[in-house]
Amino acid sequence: MDRKEILIELKKVLAPYTESKEMLDGINEDTDLIKDLKINSANLVDIIIDAEAQYNIEIDFDAAEKMYNVGNCIDVIADKINKPA
Amino acid sequence: MGNRVVITGLGVVAPNGLNIPDFLHAIQNGVSGIRFVPEYEDLKFNCQVSGTPQFEWDQLRNYITETSLYGLKGKGIAYGIKAALDAWTDAGNEIVAEDTLWETGCVFGSSVADTDVIKNAITRVDARESKKLGSRVVEQIMNSGVTAYISGRLGLGNKIINNSAACATGTQSILMGYEYIKFGMAKRMVVGSCEFVDRYVFGGFDSMRVLSRKFNDEPERASRPMSITAGGFVPGSGAGALILEDLDFALARGAKIYGELMGGSTNSGGQRNGGSMTAPGPEGVVRCIREAIANSGITANDIDLVSGHLTATIADKLEIQNWVNALGRSGEDFPMINSLKSMVGHSLSAAGSIEMVAAVLQLKNNFVHPNLNLEDPIPEILDIIGENNLPVIKVDKEINTVAKANFGFGDVNSCLIISKYKND
Repeated sequence: MDRKEILIELKKVLAPYTESKEMLDGINEDTDLIKDLKINSANLVDIIIDAEAQYNIEIDFDAAEKMYNVGNCIDVIADKINKPA
Repeated sequence: MGNRVVITGLGVVAPNGLNIPDFLHAIQNGVSGIRFVPEYEDLKFNCQVSGTPQFEWDQLRNYITETSLYGLKGKGIAYGIKAALDAWTDAGNEIVAEDTLWETGCVFGSSVADTDVIKNAITRVDARESKKLGSRVVEQIMNSGVTAYISGRLGLGNKIINNSAACATGTQSILMGYEYIKFGMAKRMVVGSCEFVDRYVFGGFDSMRVLSRKFNDEPERASRPMSITAGGFVPGSGAGALILEDLDFALARGAKIYGELMGGSTNSGGQRNGGSMTAPGPEGVVRCIREAIANSGITANDIDLVSGHLTATIADKLEIQNWVNALGRSGEDFPMINSLKSMVGHSLSAAGSIEMVAAVLQLKNNFVHPNLNLEDPIPEILDIIGENNLPVIKVDKEINTVAKANFGFGDVNSCLIISKYKND
């Protein structure tokens, strides 16, 4: 799965947590989850839980802390997907 | 004396109506909201009927944000949000305020935090999957979940309190909101209560053998307050909400006024002299009603209608005796009395607020709703009050003052007095 494909999937994961649907449609790797998509910081754990299920991966505490914009989310997900479980 | 307090908005989620117009139609026409529940037959419950609102999650779509609705599982909270926000808009307010409304607070009651949500937490944690619970569990298993959702949506900044007093919860929450306005601590209060009776709470009552079990095949006949063939209550769910306002505050914004909340009282019999964990002591009940009357500046003779607690258990007889003693009125001189539970069952902590909404509607629209299933009143009740005071069809009649009381486990009592608003 390349970064573009991960981004398309990630959009679906983020959708339930943002009211800014137009912003979501136009996300790029620099989009900030809290500042741009106005996601409640408490919901970041829900996004991690949903991403784990979506990509069948495990995201540990250290990796989760890096997931504040779309680009670092893709970094973490790409890293986990490409590692054998 | 304190400030005068008026009722300017109503909202309801009831087994026989999900909004005020439908609920008004239902209580005028004696429409029952009691239905057979196949799941309860499967669970081998003695009582297999309930009063459950015909609620769908989609109905909350215009009430809270999509992100907030996503992940909301607690039905008691959902009922509370809908009733409270309906009352808010009924009072002529917009839902979205830019800034915090410091003069407005909320007292909203409940008895059990949502056990469906708790069950999910228990199952996940016991399966060593606590990391999958996510961020939305705590806010829904805390008792104050319902007030947190309501006050957050409306931006309320005054006192935000979740109260709990078993079946007296609803009337007590209204009284608390009234007192804050009366004594100048708030200008406006969103008050009410909610309840979602799931299978676990239902099972607890079923095991106590206090539920109706002989009318499972005729659900609409199952809730029979004051009837000789009553065999227990029918659990119900829902929420009721009112907007209470300082009279001057309401007049200044040109609000419509349903009626005036004159006063009330809440107390306990102390679980002494006939009172216990599960039974109301007569002395406490009589004192509570008399105090409510005295605090309201009316006399017992002013009361046109009593909205009773009257659940359809053996306590009904005693309740009527307590009303007779408290009011000093009996026979044909006793006021009309009715029990909304004959239509919707007993929705525990939500009972008081839903019944209060019904009381306000009867006051405003000058009628007494029928008591369903009262073709065979208990003879001892007819010995002390006249049969004409137990209407079985709607009675059109000028209603100026209503007394509403509820009595709960723990021997707690709560009574409210409402009157038509008069500009003098």
